[in-house]
Amino acid sequence: MSQLMIEARDVVRSFGQTPALRGATVAVEPGEILAIMGPSGSGKSTLLHCLAGILVPDSGEIHFDGRRVDTMDEAGRSTLRRDSFGFVFQFGQLVPELTAEENVALPLLLGGTRRDAALREARPWFGRLGIDGLERRRSGELSGGQAQRVALARGLVTSPKVLFADEPTGSLDSLTGEQVMDQLVVAAREHGTTVVLVTHEARVAAYADRHIMVRDGKVAALTPERVLS
Amino acid sequence: MSVPLTLLGLLEREPSHGYDLKRDYDTYFSRGRPLPFGQVYATLGRLARDGKVVISEVRPGVGPERKRYVITEAGATEFDAWLTEPIEAEPHLQSVLFSKVVLALMLGRPAHDYLDVQRGAHLERMRQLTEIRRSGGLVDALLADHGLFHLEADLRWIDTTTARLDALRAEVVKS
Repeated sequence: MSQLMIEARDVVRSFGQTPALRGATVAVEPGEILAIMGPSGSGKSTLLHCLAGILVPDSGEIHFDGRRVDTMDEAGRSTLRRDSFGFVFQFGQLVPELTAEENVALPLLLGGTRRDAALREARPWFGRLGIDGLERRRSGELSGGQAQRVALARGLVTSPKVLFADEPTGSLDSLTGEQVMDQLVVAAREHGTTVVLVTHEARVAAYADRHIMVRDGKVAALTPERVLS
Repeated sequence: MSVPLTLLGLLEREPSHGYDLKRDYDTYFSRGRPLPFGQVYATLGRLARDGKVVISEVRPGVGPERKRYVITEAGATEFDAWLTEPIEAEPHLQSVLFSKVVLALMLGRPAHDYLDVQRGAHLERMRQLTEIRRSGGLVDALLADHGLFHLEADLRWIDTTTARLDALRAEVVKS
């Protein structure tokens, strides 16, 4: 059996007195596209942030590719996020002062790649995601769908092992959202990228290989075994 | 909507006379189309013939004899299998799903879990249709879209019902 890409066991995380996760357990296989679903306030985004090393759980364990994440210090988690993870959020969160290609190249620049080499790596992504010709535009000159594709390119440019996407189509109309999801799935499959996707939309979750449901800070099973046992 | 399975569910709650079964069926499940007495007794007769219910007592009276029906092990097994298995994920299932949810609440079963399992079955079907949509031509994509939109509507109903289970329990469970 292959080693899991991500494994979280009994993860607990509170914000002040408010518990967000109350013992969440989840496992993600290499190359899998997993959708985390749940109603607003269920803890699904907190779970994604814990899996990605953005938040540290109060208790429980998180493993990535055989390494323990929850006990790493901030510098270790920062390196992990930069070298092994990519991110796409609901609102692309592009840097407005930079051009689209500079935004895509940004993770490479932050990792120490020289500017011309970083831009050389960034440019092919515009063709792959159907946004060629937009390389020199700034985020204010892009439509929502174009900006989200640029954000997707930025999330994938370092060839991360895992792409974390938090409501990546939440700000788009349904047709544009589906085009972005389609490209996300194609790009992830081509590069063997594992994807952890948070969404409250069933149509977005339907692009995933598997889905889990977070309710009241715990992961609910969606298979009949638990009910039938 | 399966009348025999619904009657079995009501009998799982408590042994009942045909009249009581008709009253509860009409209250919760008939939606303005009352179950004829003839169908109630014909259904109970078939369930008795098939060993899924037995008659525990016959009380003679002024009118027709009043038989009290009790679910058997075989009947309970059949009902349990129906309740716990998700329905094949096709659109427009609300009436069957609604019956399952109400019966689960009446019997103190985990309605929450059944809805989760049904959500899983729906999402799996949506995943298949999304794959057809992505890999097929325009005609296939539009047909898949039709199914996806209807399944999505069912899922919204499942989510809404999940959020209101406590209120529904208070309404359908006798104190």
